[in-house]
Amino acid sequence: MENVVELRGVVAVLGGFPALAGVDLTVARGEVVLLQGPNGAGKTSVLRVCAGLLPVERGGGTVLGMDVTSQREAIRSRVGLLGHTNGLYLDLTVTQNIRFWASTVGATTEEVAAAMARMGLDGRLASVRADRLSAGQRRRCALASMLVRRAELWLLDEPHAGLDAAGRDEIDAVLRDAVSAGATVVVSSHELERAGALASRVVTVDGGMIVDGGTR
Amino acid sequence: MTPTAAHATTGTPATRRLGAVVAVLLALLVMSGLWWSAEDVVQGSTVRIMYVHVPSIWVAYMAFALTAVCSGAYVSGRSRSVAWDRVAGASAEIGVLFVAVSLVTGSLWGRLTWGTYWVWDARLTSTAFLFITYVGYLAVRRLGGTLRQRARRSSVIALLAVLEIPLVHFSVELWRSLHQEASVANPNARVELDGLMLFTLMLGLATFTALFVWLLLHRQRVILLEDTVADRGLDEAIASRRDEAGAR
Amino acid sequence: MNRRSVAVAVARKDLAVEAGSRVIVNQVAPFALVVMVMFAFALDNDGILQRVAPGLVWLATLFSMLVVVQRSFAVESADGALDALRVAGVDPAAIFLGKSAALMVQLFALEVVLVCAAFVLYGVEPTAAGWAEAFVTMVAATVGLGFVGTLYGGLAAGARGRETLLPLLLLPVVAPVLIGATRATEAAFGSGGASVSEGWPWIGLLAVFAVIFGAAGSVAFGPLVDE
Repeated sequence: MENVVELRGVVAVLGGFPALAGVDLTVARGEVVLLQGPNGAGKTSVLRVCAGLLPVERGGGTVLGMDVTSQREAIRSRVGLLGHTNGLYLDLTVTQNIRFWASTVGATTEEVAAAMARMGLDGRLASVRADRLSAGQRRRCALASMLVRRAELWLLDEPHAGLDAAGRDEIDAVLRDAVSAGATVVVSSHELERAGALASRVVTVDGGMIVDGGTR
Repeated sequence: MTPTAAHATTGTPATRRLGAVVAVLLALLVMSGLWWSAEDVVQGSTVRIMYVHVPSIWVAYMAFALTAVCSGAYVSGRSRSVAWDRVAGASAEIGVLFVAVSLVTGSLWGRLTWGTYWVWDARLTSTAFLFITYVGYLAVRRLGGTLRQRARRSSVIALLAVLEIPLVHFSVELWRSLHQEASVANPNARVELDGLMLFTLMLGLATFTALFVWLLLHRQRVILLEDTVADRGLDEAIASRRDEAGAR
Repeated sequence: MNRRSVAVAVARKDLAVEAGSRVIVNQVAPFALVVMVMFAFALDNDGILQRVAPGLVWLATLFSMLVVVQRSFAVESADGALDALRVAGVDPAAIFLGKSAALMVQLFALEVVLVCAAFVLYGVEPTAAGWAEAFVTMVAATVGLGFVGTLYGGLAAGARGRETLLPLLLLPVVAPVLIGATRATEAAFGSGGASVSEGWPWIGLLAVFAVIFGAAGSVAFGPLVDE
């Protein structure tokens, strides 16, 4: 099967600190991979390298067939990353935010409406400013802007954090939809039972390395 | 060349020979500038400042030109070799030093000949901007991040400076030309150079150029050593980062 | 997506942020006006104020610009939107052009306020041709300032100590704008007996500046903001 992610000995440096100390990871198309490990293990950095955001200092590899050192910009336009931040403009309303993200990728008004409805952001919430939203509502906003982007590889960093049970269920439902639509997902989470139920494979990250489950 | 920790010196036989030449030239320049050459008819001994002032600004222009060339080579080269960036950075540091020397010697000279340390002359003003621009460039070099980040950011800034400097110079020229007051005479032009004075000035230019090359070789090697140390530090940091996994 | 429509989207977004937050209207414009009043305290003489009014207008513009540029990128980094833009693979030149355009609109509005303040506070009295020239000067200067402000603001946005780095980098670069815009405005206002026709060469300088930094910024912005 075709590999969507293939990292070999990746070292990545953040402010002089080796966030990743030699990561080997393969993810095949259609897989749902759960990254688990203690805080500071390097889960976020693995996701940021896959997204083409964090430069690779040593080692190398490909994401969606593109080189992680030389083709980072091309990688970015084909992946979706939900990080610790939601990428929202806090002075804009929910609709303004999602419309803006839609306009950067040329999504249609119907696609925007569908994504907002899917994330329960139509109705009253649509005209609320982002800085008045709860943590869970902001996550839904960020997910909706990811939906309009039609990413092939979904990278989710602690998507369940700070959400109540209903919010977590919603995230899981969106993930299942994405997978059944053919997307590949790499998700980091402390919610092992919940995320484990979705995952086709669990990968353990520690000390800036993959210590278990890096390849199939 | 990759220096080892046991042999952490920035000198080579070639640079030591060059250093000796520079020392001899400096001694000659001091003798020629302070004793052998004659006083100027108008300026007296004051003219001797010229033998430091003019070579300083010459070196500074040369250094900034080299920074621009190396930055361009880094950006356009396929290899993206960080060595270009090290030379660019070393050269800019030396350039900033020598612009400072020429500003200080120039204002002392101005005090003696014009009675004032500073005039809002076009050349002085744009030289001051040159100084500030490259101080900013050096600040950008210290923003942190990896070597490649430093190289890319600073080379772009250096190339932007190449656009900025002619614009600043041109606008300052235009600004001063509007003012009809008697422009301050160029101090160099008022000097009637006899043979020995001209020789001393040329000797100054040669000496400072050699000094620049010598400083540049050493400085870029110091930067190379710093980068090597940072790289070694990374190896150790990677090893201890890996140990975190075992410790848990 | 083509570059132009993304740039328009980015510019509209930045202006919508200002419409939603009103930081420029409620904080930066009053700050600029306070600066104008402080100049009057420092130069306590009507004749001098009238003579140097053009320079003061542009100095106040530059100081306000530092604040506006910082605000423009604080909006991007508050919730990781700049990261999100990069992950979305949005063309950096489009981001540059869009953010520059929004910055130009905001700066132009500020300059209008400042020129009106000079009219009221410093007693400048331009002719009709003078007003026209002042308008063209403001447009040409603002385009240049918008480009350089965005370019260096983007570099300083990701840096530690950005508050101090931005003025160090930006102020030397905008010296030609300060010189050109001040001289052109002096001609427009007739300060110190200058005539309107003396201003046009300076406006040419401002236009050259704007074109050069618009082109350079479109190329350089991507490498400067990227990690």
